[in-house]
Amino acid sequence: MKDDSTTLRGQAHQDLIHDSAAKHVAGRADYTDDLIEPVGTLHAYLGLSTCAHGRITGMDFADTLAHPGVLGVLTAADLEGVNDVSPSGRGDDPILADGLVQFWGQPVFAVIAATRDQARRAAHKARISYDPLPAILDPVAALEAGGPYVTEPLTLRRGDAAGALARARHRIAGRLAVGGQDHFYLEGQIALAIPGEDDEMALHVSTQHPSEVQHMVAHVLRVPSHSVVVNVRRMGGGFGGKETQMNLFACVAAVAARRWRSAVKIRPDRDDDMIATGKRHDFVIDYRAGFDDEGRITAIEGDFIARCGFSADLSGPVTDRALFHADNAYYYPDVRVSSHPMKTNTVSNTAFRGFGGPQGCIMAERVIEEIAYALRLDPLEVRKRNLYRNGQLTPYHQEVQDQILPRLIDELEESSDYQARRRAVLDWNAQDGVIRKGIALTPVKFGISFTNTAFNQAGALIHVYADGSIQLNHGGTEMGQGLNTKVAQVVAEAFQCDISRIKITRTTTEKVPNTSATAASSGTDLNGMAALDAAEQIKARLVAFVAERWQVAPDRVTFAPGHLRAGDHLIPFDQVIRAAYLARIHLSAAGFYKTPKIHWDRATGRGRPFYYFAYGAAVAEVSVDTLTGEYVIDRADILHDVGRSLNPALDRGQVEGAFVQGAGWLTTEELWWDGDGRLRTHAPSTYKVPLASDRPRIFNVRLADWSEAAERTIKRSKAVGEPPFVLGISVFEAINMAVASLADYREPARIDAPATPERVLMAAERLRG
Amino acid sequence: MTQLRFLLNDTEIALTEVGASDTLLDHLRLTRRLTGTKEGCAEGDCGACTVLSGRLTEDGALIYEPINACIRLMASCHATHVVTIEHLRGPDGGLHPVQQAMVDHHGSQCGFCTPGIVMALYGLWMTNPEAGEAEIETALQGNICRCTGYAPIIRAALAVGAAGGQTQDALARERLAVAARLRSMRGSRVSLARGGDRALIPADTDDLAALLQEEPGATLVAGATDVGLWVTKFMRDISPAIFIGHLMKEIVVENGTIRLGAGVTYSEAMPLIARHLPQAAEYWSRIGGWQVRNAGTIGANIANGSPIGDTPPLLIALGARLVLRRGDARREIPLEAFFIEYGKQDRQPGEFVEAVLIPLPGEGDRIAAYKISKRRDSDITAVAAGIAIRVEEGRIASARLAFGGMAGTPRRAARAEAALLGQPFAAPAFDAAGRALAEDFQPLTDMRASAAYRATVARNLIRRFWLEQSEPGLPLRLRQSEEA
Repeated sequence: MKDDSTTLRGQAHQDLIHDSAAKHVAGRADYTDDLIEPVGTLHAYLGLSTCAHGRITGMDFADTLAHPGVLGVLTAADLEGVNDVSPSGRGDDPILADGLVQFWGQPVFAVIAATRDQARRAAHKARISYDPLPAILDPVAALEAGGPYVTEPLTLRRGDAAGALARARHRIAGRLAVGGQDHFYLEGQIALAIPGEDDEMALHVSTQHPSEVQHMVAHVLRVPSHSVVVNVRRMGGGFGGKETQMNLFACVAAVAARRWRSAVKIRPDRDDDMIATGKRHDFVIDYRAGFDDEGRITAIEGDFIARCGFSADLSGPVTDRALFHADNAYYYPDVRVSSHPMKTNTVSNTAFRGFGGPQGCIMAERVIEEIAYALRLDPLEVRKRNLYRNGQLTPYHQEVQDQILPRLIDELEESSDYQARRRAVLDWNAQDGVIRKGIALTPVKFGISFTNTAFNQAGALIHVYADGSIQLNHGGTEMGQGLNTKVAQVVAEAFQCDISRIKITRTTTEKVPNTSATAASSGTDLNGMAALDAAEQIKARLVAFVAERWQVAPDRVTFAPGHLRAGDHLIPFDQVIRAAYLARIHLSAAGFYKTPKIHWDRATGRGRPFYYFAYGAAVAEVSVDTLTGEYVIDRADILHDVGRSLNPALDRGQVEGAFVQGAGWLTTEELWWDGDGRLRTHAPSTYKVPLASDRPRIFNVRLADWSEAAERTIKRSKAVGEPPFVLGISVFEAINMAVASLADYREPARIDAPATPERVLMAAERLRG
Repeated sequence: MTQLRFLLNDTEIALTEVGASDTLLDHLRLTRRLTGTKEGCAEGDCGACTVLSGRLTEDGALIYEPINACIRLMASCHATHVVTIEHLRGPDGGLHPVQQAMVDHHGSQCGFCTPGIVMALYGLWMTNPEAGEAEIETALQGNICRCTGYAPIIRAALAVGAAGGQTQDALARERLAVAARLRSMRGSRVSLARGGDRALIPADTDDLAALLQEEPGATLVAGATDVGLWVTKFMRDISPAIFIGHLMKEIVVENGTIRLGAGVTYSEAMPLIARHLPQAAEYWSRIGGWQVRNAGTIGANIANGSPIGDTPPLLIALGARLVLRRGDARREIPLEAFFIEYGKQDRQPGEFVEAVLIPLPGEGDRIAAYKISKRRDSDITAVAAGIAIRVEEGRIASARLAFGGMAGTPRRAARAEAALLGQPFAAPAFDAAGRALAEDFQPLTDMRASAAYRATVARNLIRRFWLEQSEPGLPLRLRQSEEA
């Protein structure tokens, strides 16, 4: 092992390339479908329902079973254990439909064949018949019909919102529909199950939550968790879509693997993946706001009606988080916001980057926009007047203590030349042309921690081998965000070694048990701390050993680049490790971390669910073609807070990617169901995620390098995965402004999301009158 | 011959058992275990499966183009050089400069789209090293990245373009040898089969004419940018299939007419469009993504009969005629007459589209092509319009307006044309034409657009045409600066 004592690579806070980058570009990074298959691997393929709601009256598999290569079919009746993968334990998420179909595209059976092509073709030969039942597709219709919630709703309240609204100097009320979003991870769902001795089952799964896959497979196979091992080296994207949605695939593969005593792989095609797995929740949001002559909000009421689909899945915490972010960055003196998690006969919606938060934030920003238009103010001015001040309470009674938005917004306003550009936009629009422009600066304040307090724990395992090399493992999963790189940087700095000394291995339930999903932007916060804890344990043993061996006081033993310093001795790390091994020092440690200070009482709607807040802001400028509704993002400037960044290059990458994904959610990414409840946008030919030409041509992204987490987070950094997604709202508001110019900004354009060219043009036609 | 022969990276492949519906991607991943090429969508829309296809052009040059391996059927690979991500390396055997730039600029996050993006950028780097941002965006129209927001990828592409080194590249150095090997693979008709799944590759167009007489019910496969989906998405049996992507490549401009062979790809036609129909150049660059334009052909876009094919509205407006051939017999019809109704075209059994004849615009012709889609690039058209107006002495002497996405076929707007014809070249005529469109078309609502949007935007396109023609200085287009 070679450590140059002055230029250690890969320490915390340094730019460092993603650990797999060279393999990515060479096509040598293995994803689950690339792994060498065991001899005789079989393939499973799901058969999906063709009815939104109905009872199964017949299943005819004669042609399926006669197809070449087919070994058999699995239905609900063939599942020995629990036919359920509900992450909330509600028992409402069947793996295979058992008599009742609750959405178009629900998995009904699985075909097992020698090749994937055979299984797939055979699956399409099955004939399933249904006795249709009335289907409710729309959440508002569900609410109006008194339809059931899939999970308990929540209300957050502080003060007397109704009274304050009645007393308000000005009032506005409106409704905003916000569409869902498909994850469109490039690598679709996939699982490979390999049966072992006794009851053992090993799986390779593209998953953000190996422990939950382990738990679900154990239940379905009726074996203890100790018999199931789940591995994931990397995912080709997750974005929340592999937090629970992979469970079903893994369970089918495991059941088939046990039954046929063979390895079984399952991989749906892109259409089935998009049809059968959950998405971001779409919401209809009814809002009422009271405000004074200066645009200060005095009261807010909001009702968040969510299309949850047929089961709860994660809809409880998702709709909760929508409410937690219904304030975004603004103080509401009197407030009442309520969730309505509606059951619908559509696919069960799930986690997606932001987890309901963006849908909450967008209400706040729409309210600000309404107030600004009503008072003929720059929306930025209204924003500034309503920003939280430290010490003020959120609707869930957490005190805001780390507010940095006033400084951050001021800097961005200056660096983006917002005021001059806004004037230029207004001047341009005053010429009454076809092309209209809009500009908007929107902020984000995002709460960091799982709102289920128990999930805020993590483990790590570090081995130092006798040759001085270090193997690092933790419970987080790598989906492109650079988690492994950042955690390794923490460990490299702890040992004062070059990062090349550290091998990052796949995530496996064998090494770290009972992990939480890599989700809620928490991956680095939790696993970085757990890894640091493991490193510190080994370091403490090394310090004690070196102090004794080199006869110095322990407080005179320190870690120096590539070395340990013991008083006047400078001993190479390799030499220390070799000596420690021979002296029978334990060179392995399991680290652990749990987030302090957080608590949340859902029954009272009070607590401190978030350890801290991450902040950011973006200025977007757009041009809109008011004859067609088409638009381009001309420029975006972002200033984002990640505390003291562990890796500024990777963090900037997260911010850029999240912004474009957030803009996609609010512009071209439209989920479209037909009247029968059949999703018709289920492939990239019909579901349009942003392309290179949709990104802002001028794209200035900076990290607020002066920021430092107020709490004792890992190296004072902050989470980065989700918060910048919310900044896509700046694009949405800018489009609205461009359209509103057609009626001289007398009223907001009130375009629903996503603002497809169609919605933009129809709003333009309406405002033109 | 009963062998499919092609070059895969540096290995010559000869296969006897090949079915019409076998895809290149499955061959790479399952048979060859070249797993660097990924399946993202199996419909040619995400680009994760991008490979380079090297082929000999009509004049004998060897060119490399990015294509989608997922919808490239194996029989289309005959006598080509398939280059996958595994074949890329730098001068020192390490990463290729394109790969290194992607690493240096943090161009990968999850990495799953990355091999495809590297291949597209490699294709661009070879042919257009000086590419600017707009050209890079065009080269990446067929590649989705869900992680990065593209900014670092564009930075990587700009950096590697400036770095040079193209002449030292392995594919450039081996060009002559590869061309000779590909030439040696061409020749007589190839008949392939996997069980009852048969693929036929005619030697030349006359052979095609003969073959189609023998197999009048055969599926004709050109670039497979649509037929490929029949296979990968709908699992349709396309056997027997005749592969014609290598045929009918002639591009001739004479006597005021452009003659395009049916097998000319969108990419091959691009220079011609830019030169003779610059008004349609932007429209042309929005047909599919780069990979699709490198594979898809104009003849098949027409013959397919889709109501939302991108070329017919423009070509109908221009007064294009179609040459159909059966055996040695040929007939010529106006393009609009080819489209009888949804799913039905004027093509007899054993007949095929051989060429399209496009009259060159004359003095006084005013031409525009518009495409409306949910997303600007690589999207299926919601509404397409081709407009050609001739103005003589201040009056509209001729008006041809053709629309796609507005009816069961691409079709002319007869009432709108009538509203224009003979009228003074002025706003009232165009307003009247816009209103008349409501009588011409009763469009449908689907996932791409509502009927109301289609009707409104179609009307507005006529308005846009008038504004563009009457006040050429008006800022009417997004990204105005690029038009200069």
